[in-house]
Amino acid sequence: MADSRVGSIRVTLSLILALLLAIVPLPQSINAARPHLLLLLLIYWSLSAPQLVGLAAAWICGLALDMLKGTLIGQHALAFLLIAYVTHKFQLRMRLFPIYQQTLMVFALVAIYEGLVFVIDGFKGQAVPNAAHWLPVITSALLWPLLVAAMDTWGRRRR
Amino acid sequence: MVTLSSDSRPIIGRGPPLGLRFVFFTAISIVLMTLDSRSSYLQTARLWMGTAINPFYSVVQAPLDWWTLLTDSFSERETLRRENERVLRDLRVARVRLLQFDALSEENRRLRAIRSASEGIAGRTLIAEIMQVSLDPFRHRVRINQGSDNGVFKGQPVLDAFGILGQVARVDRYGAEVILISDPEHATPVLVNRNGIRSIAVGTGDMRKLSLSFLTVEADIKVDDLLVSSGLDEIFPQGYPVARVSKVERSSAATFALVEAKPLAQLDRAREVVLLWFEKPGAADGTGGASASAAPAPAASTPLNSESGTR
Repeated sequence: MADSRVGSIRVTLSLILALLLAIVPLPQSINAARPHLLLLLLIYWSLSAPQLVGLAAAWICGLALDMLKGTLIGQHALAFLLIAYVTHKFQLRMRLFPIYQQTLMVFALVAIYEGLVFVIDGFKGQAVPNAAHWLPVITSALLWPLLVAAMDTWGRRRR
Repeated sequence: MVTLSSDSRPIIGRGPPLGLRFVFFTAISIVLMTLDSRSSYLQTARLWMGTAINPFYSVVQAPLDWWTLLTDSFSERETLRRENERVLRDLRVARVRLLQFDALSEENRRLRAIRSASEGIAGRTLIAEIMQVSLDPFRHRVRINQGSDNGVFKGQPVLDAFGILGQVARVDRYGAEVILISDPEHATPVLVNRNGIRSIAVGTGDMRKLSLSFLTVEADIKVDDLLVSSGLDEIFPQGYPVARVSKVERSSAATFALVEAKPLAQLDRAREVVLLWFEKPGAADGTGGASASAAPAPAASTPLNSESGTR
C-alpha cells in the first residue's frame, strides 16, 4: 500500500510539473519546437503504472491542457485519450521493446496526437498551415529515451 | 526499457472494458467540443475552470517577476536618473497636447450630434500586464492579469501606447485572454485617416502584416497611409490608430488591390496594455465609465462573426 501511495504522489508531481513546463515562455526561435512533455509522461506512466494512470487520468490531463492553452475544451482531452488507449492496448508489448523501438513507437504516437489536434483545428476552421507545427513530434520522440532514463532512475532510487 | 513501478497489472480485464471506457470518454469529449464551439453553455464552466487553473500561470510568472524585481532594484543610479528625465519630458509634451483634448472632444461631440452619427468616446481605462506565459506559438493570443473581478468583459478593446492591440476573447475571474489583431481569426474595421475610405484589416498570422480586404484597384490608398479604427463593429472606439499601410499592389487583371499594413501597436513586445470602456455620446450625459459597449450578441464567439452582424 505504501508503495502505491508513493507512486501516485510521484505521478501527480511529474504531471503538474509537465503542465507548468507547457506554458513556460521559451525564446521565439525554439518555441514552436517545444516537446509534448505531458504526453510523453502520460505514455510513460501508462506503461509503468497502468493501474494508477488509466484513461480517465489521461483525459483529465488533456482537459487541463485545454484550459491552460485556451483551446477548445475537449480537443486535447480527446487526443490524450486516444494515445492513452493505444498505449494501454499495446502496453505489455511496448514495455518490453528495446529503447530504440520504443522511441519509434512514441514517434508514431506523438504524430497521431498532432494529427488529431490538427484535424480538430481544421473542423474549427483554425488549421495552422505552418510546417513548423510538426516540429514537436521530432523533439518529443528525441526526448523519450532521456525521459525514460530519468524517470526510471528516480523510481529506482526511491526503492 | 520502462521499469515497472508500483502496480503493473494491466487495466485490461478489470472494471469496464477498455474499449467501452474509450468510447465513453470520446463521446464526452465530442459533446464538450461541440458545446464549446457552437454555444455558450460552457461559459460558466470555463470561467470556473479558468479560475482554478490560474495558479499555474502565477507559478510560471512568479520567477520572471522576481527576476525583474531583482534586476530593477540594482539598476544604476545614472540609468535611473536619465530614464526619469526622459519620462518627465515625455509627460510634459503629452500634457501640452492634451490641453486641447477637452475642447476638441466637445466640438467633436457637437458635430457628430449634428450628423446624428453614433461613435463612442473612450471613458474609463484599466491598465493590465501581459503575462509571460506561452499559450500557443502559432496563435496570437496573450494572457493579461486582469479578469472579471476588475470588470473586464469579453470583446473589450485592448490598446498599448502606440495603437490597438486586440480585444478580449475570454475572461475568467483573475485573468483574461486577448486575441491580437494579427491573429488570422481577427478582423479590425478600419478607415484611412486621409480620406475616410473604409476597409477591414484581417490578421495574417504574421505580426508585422495585416491584410486589407475588399479594396478595389481604383481605391485611393497609398503606402504610409495611417489606418484608424472605424468603430463600425462597436467593439473598438472610432479613431484609434491600427496600422500603417506598407504595401499596395494593383494588378489590372484583379478586381481587388493587394494591400498590406504594418500594425502600429508593439504586438510582440508590449508588456503593459490598456483596456477601454467607451460610452456613446447619448449616454455621456450620465456618469462616465458605463460600459455601453458591453457583451455583443451571445452567439458571437469569434470577432469575425460579431462584426458581420452590424449595419
